[in-house]
Amino acid sequence: MKKHLLSAADLSRDDAELILRTAEELRSLADRPIKKLPALRGRTVVNLFFEDSTRTRISFEAAAKRLSADVINFSAKGSSLSKGESLKDTALTLEAMGCDAVVIRHGASGAPHRLANSGWVRASVVNAGDGTHEHPTQGLLDAFTLYRHLGKRHAGAWQDGALEGRRIAIVGDVLHSRVARSNALLLHTLGAEVTLVAPPTLLPVGVETWPVETSYDLDGVLPKADAVMMLRVQRERMSGGFFPTAREYSRRYGLDGRRMATLQDHTIVMHPGPMVRGMEITADVADSDRSVIVEQVTNGVAVRMAVLYLLLGGSEPAVSTGDAGSIEPFETTEVAR
Amino acid sequence: MPAPATTASSSGVPDPGTDRTVLDAGDISRALSRISHEILERNKGADGVVLLGIPSRGVPLAERIAERIASVEGIAVPFGSLDVTMYRDDLRLKPARTLLPTQIPDGGIDDKVVVLVDDVLFSGRTIRAALDALNDVGRPRAVQLAVLVDRGHRELPIRADFVGKNLPTSLVQRVRVQLTGVDDVDAVVIEGATS
Repeated sequence: MKKHLLSAADLSRDDAELILRTAEELRSLADRPIKKLPALRGRTVVNLFFEDSTRTRISFEAAAKRLSADVINFSAKGSSLSKGESLKDTALTLEAMGCDAVVIRHGASGAPHRLANSGWVRASVVNAGDGTHEHPTQGLLDAFTLYRHLGKRHAGAWQDGALEGRRIAIVGDVLHSRVARSNALLLHTLGAEVTLVAPPTLLPVGVETWPVETSYDLDGVLPKADAVMMLRVQRERMSGGFFPTAREYSRRYGLDGRRMATLQDHTIVMHPGPMVRGMEITADVADSDRSVIVEQVTNGVAVRMAVLYLLLGGSEPAVSTGDAGSIEPFETTEVAR
Repeated sequence: MPAPATTASSSGVPDPGTDRTVLDAGDISRALSRISHEILERNKGADGVVLLGIPSRGVPLAERIAERIASVEGIAVPFGSLDVTMYRDDLRLKPARTLLPTQIPDGGIDDKVVVLVDDVLFSGRTIRAALDALNDVGRPRAVQLAVLVDRGHRELPIRADFVGKNLPTSLVQRVRVQLTGVDDVDAVVIEGATS
């Protein structure tokens, strides 16, 4: 049964726009006195986090709670995982306790796929970031933020196809970024033209098979972009020299006030967080009017509510995602331990 | 011979043999005018009245009633929409449904008289869901219900305060309300009517 959200590539355009439209309706909940809907009452959502995370875990937790689901948080630190328990045994434990959805973040690319397709659990699996592979809900919330800013909304009505032909630049450490991959796939599905900007060492092998353009020249890309998404340099995943010095990286690929001045008037600046101010983005850009970084976090809750509602709210998922055995097109999945 | 309700509803194609138009545009217009006057009469004016339509067809009805009240009383009545999808008791029986807009007018509903507006009153389950949904939005002074068509077959102790037309129907029939803005014409049609 199709019931998981593992990759942005699993989403058709109709599915993605259904999620975004649903998120738009759910976003208004934040303005109401009682921020609670009964749709997932009696359902249990487990947040299974093998890697550190602040905003994603809190965002999923808030989303599930606003839909009245019961939430169990499970992090690697302080659990049996630190004693050497395997993913399989953890999954069997969750299954025995009974849960309806597992939101998983794992350091190994492909771990959510393994969890979803091994028959260990019957729950829906939502990928909240696996290794350097994918982070589909981040892609969705970025797309949602783009729709809200770039879509010409008539009298508040949602406009499908608002990203058609829009130019989105994704800048920085694409190699280690699951956000970049999910965004590239999803934004392409939604009709946008994505350009990845990074030094050659930080573009992944096989990027030419992605539905994107690539560039090494940030200054050439910025004036044409409708949105610029800055990525953090993930030094914790780097074991070699990908660029000579942080200062040189910042000079060539960082977004500062001078570069921001070359953007079009309507262009927005995004960052999935966590930011390293002074590295990929300067403080004055991060705090400027163009920056929608804080709004991305707000939108994240609405988008994750939409995903959980559409996967768990009815008798079967409304989105046709993550068929068992679907093949990740751009990377061979490692087997999780 | 009437087709079963399920197949009649899924076809969506008007069948001149069994479909019967029971209200035309003029009938609907007159019914809404009467409902508007009844709302004003019952509440001794339009003060504190908020109209909330239940999507999708309740919303244009609420808007039309608001227009009529404005032309009679000369004051604008706040109107909006209230989506009840997440409060339905059959949510788990079907695939997750698309959400529809909820627009609560500025000023909210606290201490107001909320008039829920829907096109057809049938089992009463939608209205029960709407009462639950209202509960999460605020605490109205009173809640009243206006419907264009009451077709009977209630499954819950719910009744309408203002009814456009009482339509005795059988369970195999289907009542379809069409409103300009959502559809091409104004009409109420009974599908699968016995000839």
